[in-house]
Amino acid sequence: MSVSPTSVCPPSLDREICCAPNTYIETQNLRLDYKSKTAFQDVSLSVGKGCITALVGPSGCGKTSFLTCLNRLTDLIPNATVTGVIKVDGQDILGRNVDVLQLRRRVGMIFQKPNPFPLSIWRNMELPLREHGVNDKAQLKSEIEAALKSVGLWDEVKDRLNGPALALSGGQQQRLCIARALTLTPDVLLMDEPCSALDPLSSGIVEDLIISLRNRYTVIIVTHNLAQARRIADSVAIFWVQDGSGRLIESGPTKQIFETPTDPLTASYISGSRG
Amino acid sequence: MADTRILTPGRSEWFSTLAVWSAAALVTGFFLWVLWDIVSHGFSQISWSFLTTESEKAGRAGGIGPVLVSTLLVVLVCLAVSLPIGLATAVLLSEYTPEDSLFGRLVRRSLDVLSGVPSIVFGLFGNALFCKALGMGFSILSGGLTLACMVLPLLIRATEEGFRSVPLDYRTSAAALGMSRSSTLFHLLLPAATPGLVVGLVLSIGRAIAETAVLIFTSGYVSRWPESLMDSGRTLSIHIYDLSMNVSGGNANAYATSLVLVVLLLVINMTSSWMAERWLHRRIVLL
Repeated sequence: MSVSPTSVCPPSLDREICCAPNTYIETQNLRLDYKSKTAFQDVSLSVGKGCITALVGPSGCGKTSFLTCLNRLTDLIPNATVTGVIKVDGQDILGRNVDVLQLRRRVGMIFQKPNPFPLSIWRNMELPLREHGVNDKAQLKSEIEAALKSVGLWDEVKDRLNGPALALSGGQQQRLCIARALTLTPDVLLMDEPCSALDPLSSGIVEDLIISLRNRYTVIIVTHNLAQARRIADSVAIFWVQDGSGRLIESGPTKQIFETPTDPLTASYISGSRG
Repeated sequence: MADTRILTPGRSEWFSTLAVWSAAALVTGFFLWVLWDIVSHGFSQISWSFLTTESEKAGRAGGIGPVLVSTLLVVLVCLAVSLPIGLATAVLLSEYTPEDSLFGRLVRRSLDVLSGVPSIVFGLFGNALFCKALGMGFSILSGGLTLACMVLPLLIRATEEGFRSVPLDYRTSAAALGMSRSSTLFHLLLPAATPGLVVGLVLSIGRAIAETAVLIFTSGYVSRWPESLMDSGRTLSIHIYDLSMNVSGGNANAYATSLVLVVLLLVINMTSSWMAERWLHRRIVLL
């Protein structure tokens, strides 16, 4: 098999194979409990560096909850307890002495509903940068411009940077949120159904944008859209509800999951007869 | 044919429309009546010298200069104390205390009880604590501090509501961007919560400036020019009370003073919402 040793995944059918050796995020027996409910348990998953990993499965099987563990947004939820191990780039992130703000800078997150702040477009971009110590005007300008360009939004908003971010269309807002996350130069982007609140056209644009992030960022995306998972993901993890809580039932390269699934539940889910 | 008359939708619609409109007309009518009464009786007395000179003959003649100054000083003391405490408590309650925690419920319940306490009780409390126990005597300082105690519950609850009405999404997305709680608070929540804050502030100033019972026992009713915060000072509402209840022939000046008080309230109300709006538009850009 011809995989280039530079670990840059070629956009071919074999691309998933080059992702596997460099694990960037790894969870072991991860479990999340809310006050009276176990969101998911026993999730052990490896995510390859620079790959797009799709989490799929029926509603309520813990996919979004799993994402929020990875940047410790679970800290904000009262009575949520995370047990198990999460390693990002080899570093255990569940420890007490982890700098959570730095972690969230490295592990960005995009939400299902676009959530720009009710501020100007410029201020939306500027606020997180300033928070992380960028105060030089020229540097702010160049970084914001670069981020907006990388999501293809610059030409659409360059004349109205001081206008309200909430006046943008849904798709533009979502791209603004992605740009806002990218200004912090994260290694990882967690995306929670980033296209589901958008119309088909905007959805397509955001999807192309996600594909363009491959290799530069490690992307974990929750999606209900199996066709989308198949189109964009290098590997897929199937979550399922078993005994009242979410579990990971199968994971692997996209091709393998879609063509030769080993778990019968996966097979029926993929074929559309379950879930 | 049996009598099966049914109230047609048109007719019931007409009744409810009438009811709603007359209720609104009643309220507005009362306000206009009071306003007209005050303006018609008071306007002729208003002049520059009325606003700037000392009162004479126990208020029957002369102006309200010292009274105006005392009122402003009392309100300033009240705000200087209640704003920082109120804001900090509101932040603690809304951002750092879970809504259903024992502590939060206890504080909130206490505030609700406190805001229902009659002002005369605050007056006697302020007299006992500030005037006597802390030795401040009848002074503008005692009055302002007691007023602060009185308006704090209102201010805190309104500000807390302002913070709570900011969608949780903002906090989550700020956290996901690695923003600390304090900078989320200052850059995002505070601007977004400003309308609630302003409402609380305006209500508080309104209550403070119109208060009599609290101040009779704490700031006293000396109507000379105040020289320091430790002087006793008479506020507008006490002046009105004194003129209309204790001074025969004081009605004309009582009306004029009422007019000044009403105009002052309106001006404070309008400027604060105007300022909030301006400030808000610079920071928060909604649709």
